[in-house]
Amino acid sequence: MQKSFFRKTIEIIIFTVFIFFLFAPLLSLGIWSVALRWYWPHTLPQKIGFDYWLQALGITKSLTLGAVNVVPAFLLSLGIAIIVVIITMAIAIPAGYALAKLKIPALLKGIILILFLLPRAFPQQPVFLNLMLMFNKIGLTGTVLGVIFVHIVVGLVFAVWITASTFSSIPPELEEAARSVGATRLKAFFKVTLPISTPGLIASAVFVFLTSMDEFTGTFFVGLPFVTTLPMTLYSASGSNIQFASVIAILLLIPSILFMIVIQKFLKAEHLGGMGG
Amino acid sequence: MANLKVNNLNKNFGKVKAVQEVSFEAPEGKVLSLLGPSGCGKTTTLRCIAGFENPDRGEIYLDDRKITTIPPEKRGIGMVFQNYALWPHMTVYGNLAFGLQIRKVPKNEIIKKIKKVLGMVQLEGYENRYPRQMSGGQQQRIAMARALVFEPGIMLLDEPLSNLDAQLREEMRFEFTELQKKLGITAVYVTHDQAEALVISDKIVILDQGKMVQFGTPKEIYSNPKNKFVAGFIAVTSFIDGRIDSFIEGKKKVIVKTDDGLVIHGFDNSFDIGQKVSVAMRMNAVKFIQDENKSDKSTANIFKGKIIQSSYLGNTIDYKIRMGKWEIRTNAEAKYDFKLGEEVAFHLPPEDIIVTREE
Repeated sequence: MQKSFFRKTIEIIIFTVFIFFLFAPLLSLGIWSVALRWYWPHTLPQKIGFDYWLQALGITKSLTLGAVNVVPAFLLSLGIAIIVVIITMAIAIPAGYALAKLKIPALLKGIILILFLLPRAFPQQPVFLNLMLMFNKIGLTGTVLGVIFVHIVVGLVFAVWITASTFSSIPPELEEAARSVGATRLKAFFKVTLPISTPGLIASAVFVFLTSMDEFTGTFFVGLPFVTTLPMTLYSASGSNIQFASVIAILLLIPSILFMIVIQKFLKAEHLGGMGG
Repeated sequence: MANLKVNNLNKNFGKVKAVQEVSFEAPEGKVLSLLGPSGCGKTTTLRCIAGFENPDRGEIYLDDRKITTIPPEKRGIGMVFQNYALWPHMTVYGNLAFGLQIRKVPKNEIIKKIKKVLGMVQLEGYENRYPRQMSGGQQQRIAMARALVFEPGIMLLDEPLSNLDAQLREEMRFEFTELQKKLGITAVYVTHDQAEALVISDKIVILDQGKMVQFGTPKEIYSNPKNKFVAGFIAVTSFIDGRIDSFIEGKKKVIVKTDDGLVIHGFDNSFDIGQKVSVAMRMNAVKFIQDENKSDKSTANIFKGKIIQSSYLGNTIDYKIRMGKWEIRTNAEAKYDFKLGEEVAFHLPPEDIIVTREE
């Protein structure tokens, strides 16, 4: 009894601290996004309103607030993210399946996984700077295509990793059973393995989507100044206008929160386990 | 129904020789067991037959069709897996219908066939259950139904009962045998449980380290194990190693001498003089002699030993007897109530012991 009370207290303290660290910055963003006038030493803004929200979403066009309109950037980011998800998953599903289910020698498997991991193993700036120099030669810098390519490179790491572990968490007998009753390898994949892996694959796709929505460094080197995604807009706004920056930051948070809900619903721990296999 | 023939099967995994020169024939409509300890190559052999492994050498024939390199889906072999391998996202109906849908069986026919096969495994009306809503025993039956519903000529079973509790396992053994006899299907059954193999099989293949050690009926293997390994696997609990000293009774019997001077009479099994052999005894081989003077006329195979361990089991008592450097285990009636350390005299009737090759 004594012990459980003690434990409960500790749990509550940890939970409170956790909540504070998680929500305090979010709360601050929320307040900033509606602060019309907020001078030191006031704890709360003296004047609040949704002016910056309306301006950012393109509903009002006030010259005094500045001309930041995040809607085109949001749509661009969304479009890029959707294309990136489709292409990345089209590569990651067969690659993950091959890594998890086909008889590949352990050494070769390791090499392939490291190759996918390599772009993330080095500091990002030199990698993308180098990529920019390469893209310059073939005219991909400043194009949406170039940005999509960069996002795929970044997203593929997670996508292959998660799909491979999802597939390897499925007992091989399930596919073998399908083949024993007459299904070809392809049919066994589409009727048995794929439906069972759906939760893991959805999680993987959501992850790729979020990575693309948030991607900064690569887009900065390859995309600017012609391709301005949402994080680019956030970057330029954060220097001059903290209210716009807060609005964009909140917009960027929405997919993350949706992601959390999806993860909660679909992703089971066993899909993340069994990675090495 | 089909006849399966395996010829000189070889399969290596890297440097591990999983299966070496295994040959046998599974007679039409009969049950053949592959029996051996884990790692003996029984599952690999089964997977080669199913088509999940490609043998390095050797052929597999189903009737007169060579199936060695045919992909599994074209072999027409039903398979029951150790962990059942039911598809969790499909109902029982979906699990059973899959193979039939691939074969383009019309829907009303599928419904009829599923009803029939569920009746056979005593799970009528379970069509809409998901695997997770059923007990282990029920899942096992569905796995069997799935392997039977498309009416293959042969079915393979990979330790299908090993995940069930002892009582259910025994029940399922009889149910399997009954079902198999009724359908007349050829079955290849992998198990490490000798009791299971003896009950269900018409023929048993004993494997050890990838090699076939013995092939015969359960009776042949039980009463005449080919060597010490097989004997040890088929319920033999004690061994005394020695050499063939001489023949008696017109070469019908042999005299085995151990290097510590024991002389044991047993039946011949085409041994040579001087050959290394092992005298194998089951739990019931030892006959205690309470009064030495009243012992039967033959003086052969009467020994003395000391009780070094006893376990009371109610109506019987398990004893471990030390005799020189050998230890013999026996299961005696409760009337033989010996104390630890007590000297006992006992008889090993030649018909109750088995003289077998040491290797």
